[in-house]
Amino acid sequence: MTAPLLTVDDLRVTFPTRTGEIQAVRGVSFTLGKERLGIVGESGSGKSQTGRAIMGLTPGHARITASKLEFDGIDLLKVTPKQRRDLRGKRIGMILQDPKYSLNPVMTIGKQIIETLLAHEKISRSEARDRALKMLEQVQIRDPERVFGLYPNEVSGGMGQRVMIAMMLICGPELLIADEPTSALDVTVQLDVLSILDKLVAERGMGLVFISHDLRLVSSFCDRVIVMYAGRIVEELPSADLAQAKHPYTQGLLNCLPTIGTDRHPLPVLERKVEWSA
Amino acid sequence: MTGIMTEKTALSVRDMIVTFDEYVALDHVSVDVATGESFGIVGESGSGKSTLLRAVAGLNRFDSGALAVDGRSYSSGRRDKEFYRTVQMVFQDPYGSLHPRQTVDRLLLEPLVIHGFDDIDVRIARALDEVGLGAGFRFRYSHQLSGGQRQRIAIARALILEPKILLLDEPTSALDASIQAEILNLLEQARKDRNLTFVMVSHDLGVISHMCERVAVMKSGKIVETVPVEALEKREFSADYTRQLLVASEGFRRG
Ligand SMILES: Nc1ncnc2c1ncn2[C@@H]1O[C@H](COP(=O)(O)OP(=O)(O)OP(=O)(O)O)[C@@H](O)[C@H]1O
Ligand SMILES: Nc1ncnc2c1ncn2[C@@H]1O[C@H](COP(=O)(O)OP(=O)(O)OP(=O)(O)O)[C@@H](O)[C@H]1O
Ligand SMILES: [Mg+2]
Ligand SMILES: [Mg+2]
Repeated sequence: MTAPLLTVDDLRVTFPTRTGEIQAVRGVSFTLGKERLGIVGESGSGKSQTGRAIMGLTPGHARITASKLEFDGIDLLKVTPKQRRDLRGKRIGMILQDPKYSLNPVMTIGKQIIETLLAHEKISRSEARDRALKMLEQVQIRDPERVFGLYPNEVSGGMGQRVMIAMMLICGPELLIADEPTSALDVTVQLDVLSILDKLVAERGMGLVFISHDLRLVSSFCDRVIVMYAGRIVEELPSADLAQAKHPYTQGLLNCLPTIGTDRHPLPVLERKVEWSA
Repeated sequence: MTGIMTEKTALSVRDMIVTFDEYVALDHVSVDVATGESFGIVGESGSGKSTLLRAVAGLNRFDSGALAVDGRSYSSGRRDKEFYRTVQMVFQDPYGSLHPRQTVDRLLLEPLVIHGFDDIDVRIARALDEVGLGAGFRFRYSHQLSGGQRQRIAIARALILEPKILLLDEPTSALDASIQAEILNLLEQARKDRNLTFVMVSHDLGVISHMCERVAVMKSGKIVETVPVEALEKREFSADYTRQLLVASEGFRRG
């Protein structure tokens, strides 16, 4: 067996605050090959902070420890800022959960994508422009020419999310961490975006960490799923077996989705047990 | 006040047009929502759903058309304090709507103070509890919260003023299923207790059919059809887009 693309072993992220420490991630371990790994879990369970730690985007005052955090043989805890910058965008990409907030508010969308592309590839401006427009078209932006000239606050929620996706994909990363990449998209566009990601994994051998709270989506799209609760992994299973989940949190999740044609008022809710966060 | 008694309409939008430069974002949109009704809006990304809610809330101007809320007419301009006592909005993007350098306490306190509420402390504690965030979150800054925690603060902030009309733009799309269920129950209960009116945008047809009585389907700035939610179940609708939404809501199919 070849070494995995990404190894995360006993990752911990802790925030010191005035009122004590907040342990956002408490010993998360997994490996990733050229595959689709889903991460689901409760709001606040540490999904985004896990992704951010891999990407090197943890806030400065936080403490990160791990017995191993390695991407393609590179120790991510020891890289210099310069090495980090080279990795980021080019080899590791992350679609952040707050797309519009992560875009530069005073630069048009087109300019941002072009700049990103030019920072990583030696091509002419006009070629960069063509590629950027094509990428926007691929993520189903209806009127790429118009959107090109808009500022981030002038696009809709779903359009902002797709701009962020386009910007990450255009550099062709080997590892992509997608944090709720489709949560603002209506289902039809969602499926188109997933097809693009799917192709990148199948054809270019990209590794994908797909963070989402949408169980239906994760179970139909990913190969494996990790379930997080209170900073830890409580369960890991093949997506196809999600219906046979053992952990009561995972089981409960499946039961509280509203569906068309069922009439359950109020919806069943989870009874969270203290021992789940032990 | 008499207007409200005779009019059982919470919200009435007539022939509203919103343009941005040349671009027509809302194209002759008309909607009537009865007091106490829960009205859903679905439609493809960029079809104008947020623009419609924002125009009602006075955050976008509208070029022409008429707007009446709770029996009062409003023009395209700014809204007075009384308006926000009646209407609150939960934004699609909680990152933009909550000031990152403010504590949760401050975010919840401010609207209460502006509108002259009493029992402020009790109200804040209860609001946090209702959205599943305990007292431990009260003095956190909003940039110290996860996406879903932020969204719940935005919901708490809208509910805390006990408005009559809630405009909800994808209120639960950042939440996992268990928290979503709790928030939807909370919203339903509040609606029952206080005869609230909801206008709710969501791309999750399951959520819409659970929460709403009628649903409008938008496309390219227009409302293409309005149907009772039962039509989703019986598949009695005419817009092609509604059909696509239904198929797509069943999950990803490879190949
Ligand atoms: N800057 C910070 N300071 C203190 N605590 C923080 C900070 N950022 C995040 N946290 C806390 O860390 C925990 C994990 O946050 P994270 O964003 O990883 O959650 P998540 O699983 O992505 O949740 P969601 O589904 O709601 O986005 C949360 O309880 C959050 O409040
Ligand atoms: N300030 C603005 N300047 C220019 N165009 C704008 C502005 N605000 C909105 N638009 C445009 O209006 C259209 C409708 O946007 P809106 O946010 O209402 O869509 P939406 O239906 O809410 O989509 P989503 O589901 O993606 O949130 C989009 O094409 C958007 O680019
Ligand atoms: Mg998150
Ligand atoms: Mg919107």
